Amino acid sequence: MTYVPHTDRERAAMLAAIGVARMEDLFAAVPAERRFPDLKLPPPASEPEIMAEMAALAGRNAAADPALSFLGAGTYHHFRPAMVDHVLSRSEFYTSYTQYQPEVSQGMLQALFEYQSMICRLTGMEVSNASHYDGATALAEAVLLALNVGAGKRSKIVLSPAVHPQYREVVKTYLRGTHAATIVGDDDATADLARLTSLVDRETAALVIQNPNFFGQCEPVEGLAEAVHKAGALLIVVTDPISLGLFSPPGAYGADIVVADGQSLGIPPSFGGPHLGIFAARMAQVRRLSGHLVGETVDADGRRSYVLTLATREQHIRREKATSNICTNSAVCALGAAVYLATMGRQGLRQVAELCFHKSHYAAGEIGKLKGFAVNPQAPAQPFFKEFVVRLPRPVGDVDAHLRARGIVGGYDLGRDYRHLRNHMLVAVTETNTRAGIDRLVAALGEVAA
Amino acid sequence: MTRDKHPTVYELSVPGRHGIDLPACDVPLADLPAAQLRADCGLPELSQLDVARHYLALSQRNFGVDSGFYPLGSCTMKFNPKVNEVVARLPGFAEAHPLREPQTVQGNLALMLELQQWLAEIGGFAAVSLQPSAGAHGEFTGLLMMRAYHRARGDTKRTRILIPDSAHGTNPASTTMAGFSAVELPSDARGNIDLEAVRVACDDTVAGIMMTNPNTLGLFEEEIGEVVRLVHACGGLVYGDGANLNALAGIARPGDLGVDVMHYNLHKTFSTPHGGGGPGAGPVGVSARLEDFLPGPMVAATREGGETRYALEMPPQSIGRVSTHFGNFGMFVRAYAYIRQHGAAGLRENSEHAVLNANYLRVKLHHAFKVPYDRICMHEFVCQGAVAETGVRALDVSKRLLDYGFHPPTNYFPLIVPEALMIEPTETEAKPTLDAFVAAMRAIAEEARREPALVKGAPHQTPVRRVDEVKAARELKLVDRTRPVSD
Repeated sequence: MTYVPHTDRERAAMLAAIGVARMEDLFAAVPAERRFPDLKLPPPASEPEIMAEMAALAGRNAAADPALSFLGAGTYHHFRPAMVDHVLSRSEFYTSYTQYQPEVSQGMLQALFEYQSMICRLTGMEVSNASHYDGATALAEAVLLALNVGAGKRSKIVLSPAVHPQYREVVKTYLRGTHAATIVGDDDATADLARLTSLVDRETAALVIQNPNFFGQCEPVEGLAEAVHKAGALLIVVTDPISLGLFSPPGAYGADIVVADGQSLGIPPSFGGPHLGIFAARMAQVRRLSGHLVGETVDADGRRSYVLTLATREQHIRREKATSNICTNSAVCALGAAVYLATMGRQGLRQVAELCFHKSHYAAGEIGKLKGFAVNPQAPAQPFFKEFVVRLPRPVGDVDAHLRARGIVGGYDLGRDYRHLRNHMLVAVTETNTRAGIDRLVAALGEVAA
Repeated sequence: MTRDKHPTVYELSVPGRHGIDLPACDVPLADLPAAQLRADCGLPELSQLDVARHYLALSQRNFGVDSGFYPLGSCTMKFNPKVNEVVARLPGFAEAHPLREPQTVQGNLALMLELQQWLAEIGGFAAVSLQPSAGAHGEFTGLLMMRAYHRARGDTKRTRILIPDSAHGTNPASTTMAGFSAVELPSDARGNIDLEAVRVACDDTVAGIMMTNPNTLGLFEEEIGEVVRLVHACGGLVYGDGANLNALAGIARPGDLGVDVMHYNLHKTFSTPHGGGGPGAGPVGVSARLEDFLPGPMVAATREGGETRYALEMPPQSIGRVSTHFGNFGMFVRAYAYIRQHGAAGLRENSEHAVLNANYLRVKLHHAFKVPYDRICMHEFVCQGAVAETGVRALDVSKRLLDYGFHPPTNYFPLIVPEALMIEPTETEAKPTLDAFVAAMRAIAEEARREPALVKGAPHQTPVRRVDEVKAARELKLVDRTRPVSD
């Protein structure tokens, strides 16, 4: 079926008003030999058929019990308050578009202004945009911003190998269009922060780190920003917003730009997207930011109002001189994150972060007791948040299959991205994992060891 | 829409209030690293009822397609089918982790492969990658592929991209990001790209052209065949901006017209909701010569003992990833359901009625508001919103439309038409709605002559009146600093 509402009578009246006899006459400008192709698509289906078919398709994916899922690596199973989807289902929000008419968009504008405000406080930064596509593209835009600040004189990006591998790939794709930029640092998969800092020089536009890093570990960031700033470069930090319920934010240790994927904030994993690109910075960079910004102002009667501002940065005004080409963003996911943050609140986010911390440490402790296993073997003394590395006595694929047979979703195979981490699994533990679930994981791993 | 005052979440916050309880910790407590902790994460403190009322009140101050007619040109604000929202939330889709073993997510991979194939069929392309997250992201992706294609042939001097002056702003912005320089080409008296200008510009430094067809005047490019021939003859490629595909799906395939690479806006033609600004999805389709450069991973199928197995693979000369994982999968589910519901005949019927509606509005309005290129249009058309000798401008007409309960058209775009109002009704609007809109537009034209101050002072009925954009930009206030809490 279609959603075309026209009756035959209406259609005839409209064609007559236009002055054409048939619908086909409206397409005379389209080359005749190419007009009305015979598309090979399945025949149309009704709504009940669609629902049945889609349910069958969804059912071909293996279900995962969140209590027994230990796969993270940038996408996490976190508790999502019912409030979030309830609000996101309001069609005044989700069927609207970008707020070009502020008088009838105050709801979304205020929600995004509040999102920007909560992101700033959470990250310790001064300004947040109204969202990016995802964490990786937010990082790529942050790198472009840093190169823009460097204005051709600083064309080097020092990129930590402990930044999410897919984020690094996206940055490299984005830089294909930027002739002069070079990336150093992540060619050495074991480079630590001291080594990376030593690469920051007068030609460096930015140092990019992730904290907690891809391996879940908290980086030793004391003095880092000072060293980077001394060389005249910017510090870009990729973070996990849940960790900021507990840990000092990047703004407090001197970051210039903070990016993150906001999926943890009430957004379902959804097989990788849509997620939310969080992008926060210092006011010094506000005119170079990409994406929409909502500002507070007043209306003709002096009432507090909100409006998209600094549009002169954007593509629809600045065209080829714009700071970015971004137009459509991830606004409804930003709304979801705002509802999540408002619902969880100051105490709730702290509680989530603490549960992640304690449960992951319990899991790490128990796994560490198993013969043939080692937890965080590369950095045993470094604090971690909700993820940790496990060296396995057997290949990750074998262990994963063993876990799968017991209804457990194992962690991420680090050997896919890091040659020196073959047989290493990245295990994520969040508040959705129960002690009983963790114990089942440990028992199943114990069977592998035996 | 309500005009009541609306406090922010920080103004509503009361220290000690909380909205949610989580299970008590069921494991022994570990030692927190005291030196790295913060005292306060700076979030507000509200009850769930506070949160529910807050967002309900905000929703009542927002206008979506479900609120009323939303003829925002080039944005295709059509009905967002509710069944799509339901199926996208099925746990098998929504809870799936993107890094699970392919063998455990065969349903998702099957859906993606079919969507790749269906989009390729609709667009007339050899292959489609679903990865880009929005139209502009698709443009950037397509341009990077064009760049990679030329370089792979050792052809490094192609640095210029030709772009008509009627193009969306994303075209030149994407061009710059991809490392090309944008060359603007004029339009001719009929609203087509100026063929002579194309001919003059075409040389061995041209990497390609970006064409929107129908263009942003809503007109089918009558010389598209010759434009494609000229660009291909000089060694360039043709990029198709798929923003206006809602006029062509089922009517003509851009690939058949010679387009080498095009993005699809799933949030336009394929009805995924615009979400107050996003997320969208911007898959790219390509002709055979660009297939190897697509971003990845893509889904491929193999037959194993009579059974189809789905796997992920990277195209051999891929430009790499443009986003994490596979792109906006939740949007793929909706677009899949939409195409499945329509079939080929339904897609053609959509485009036909989108074009019918636009032409109906055009002939009903062109006496009240000048239509500079007044011929059969496609899914949208552009009129001039200024009312002569009254001082009333397109912006005023737009604001007055708000009082009549309509979302205004796109204002002041395309740039080549002064006082432009770009009107795209879409196929899902019925004749009575269009008639009501026509009546409102004619009434506003009449008001402009009789009582111009009424129109220039509009809107009068909305939650807020015209907002002070200059103050917003001059006295930047981008963060609510109510009751700052220290870290």
